Amino acid sequence: MKFFWNNRAALAALAIAAVFLTIGVWRGEAEVVLRKSINICMECIGLG
Amino acid sequence: MGKRLVWAKQHLRTWVQIGFAALSNGYAAGFMRGNIYKGPLKFICVPGLNCYSCPGALGSCPIGAFQSVLASRNYHFAFYVSGFLIFFGALLGRLTCGWLCPFGLVQDLLHKIPVPKKRKLLPGDKFLKYLKYVILIGFVILLPLTVLDIVGQGQPWFCKYICPSGTLFAGIPLVAANPLLQAALGWLFTWKSAILIGLVLLSLWVYRPFCRYLCPLGAIYGLFNPIALYRFQVDADHCTHCGRCQKACKFDISVQNQPNSPDCIRCGDCIRACPHGAIRSTLRRRPSAGGHERAKT
Repeated sequence: MKFFWNNRAALAALAIAAVFLTIGVWRGEAEVVLRKSINICMECIGLG
Repeated sequence: MGKRLVWAKQHLRTWVQIGFAALSNGYAAGFMRGNIYKGPLKFICVPGLNCYSCPGALGSCPIGAFQSVLASRNYHFAFYVSGFLIFFGALLGRLTCGWLCPFGLVQDLLHKIPVPKKRKLLPGDKFLKYLKYVILIGFVILLPLTVLDIVGQGQPWFCKYICPSGTLFAGIPLVAANPLLQAALGWLFTWKSAILIGLVLLSLWVYRPFCRYLCPLGAIYGLFNPIALYRFQVDADHCTHCGRCQKACKFDISVQNQPNSPDCIRCGDCIRACPHGAIRSTLRRRPSAGGHERAKT
C-alpha cells in the first residue's frame, strides 16, 4: 500500500501512457511510425 | 575474486550500455548490405536516441517517430509516441540516458580519453542547459507541426538539422556502404557532420555535452526524474553535507539538495562517493527503520 502511495505520480503517469498508446494505435499512428522507420530517412542521414 | 567483483561493479554501467546498444542495433546484415531492417519490431520505440535509419536498428527512435507523426498531414498530436515517452519516463526518468542510450555511450567513451584541462561544465552553463528545452519545443514540436509544404507535410527538423546520433549511426554507415547515397551527398551532410565532429571534440573535454545542452529526449525524461519509479533519495539523518557527491558528479549537481535534478542521468557516481551511504535509489531497501521521515526525494 505504501508503495502505491509513494509512487502515485509515477503510477498515474504509467496509466496515462497506457491510455495514450491505446489511443495512438486506434488512430493509426503506429502505422505512420512503422512506415517512416522501415524506409531510409533521408533527413536523418543528412541527405535532405 | 574480490578485486574482480569491484572491477565488474565499477564497469557495470559501461557493459549495460554496450549490451543494450548491441541488442537494439542487432540487425548485423544491415551493416554489411548498406540497408536497414524493415520488420514489424519497428512499431516499437526504443527508450534511447537510436536512429531508425541505423542499419542495425531493430526499433524506432522516439524523437524521430514523434516528429514523423506530427509532420504527417493527419495528426496534430502524437499519442502513440507520447505513450512510449511517458512510459519510459515514469519508469526510469533519465536512467535511460545514463544506461541505455547509444549516443550517451559514445560520449562516455570519448570522455575517458585523457586530455589536459578537462572541465565539468561549459562557460554559460546556467543558460546553456536550457537550450535542450528550446530545441524540444522549437525543432521537435513547433517546426514539424507548423512549417508545411504544398501538400501539408512537415519535416523532422531536429533529425534533419541537428541530430548527431543520426549522422553517426545511420548517415556514415549507410553512405559508406551505398554508392547511390554517396552520389547524393551535399551541404546538409557537411553541416550535420560538422555538428557531429564538434560534439565529438567537445566530449573529450566536457562530459556529455549533447546530453547536457542539446538532447530533446533527455529534456523530456528529465521532467520525470522527480516522480519516476526509479528515483534517488538522500537520508537527511546520515547526510553531513560534506559535498563529496557534488564533487563526484560529472554534471556538478548538488545531489544533497536536488537528488532528482532534471539534469541527473543516474550514473550512480554520487552513491558510490558518499562516505555515509546517505544516497540511495528507490530500488534499494532502507537498511534500518531510523530516519524514514527525513528522506529528501
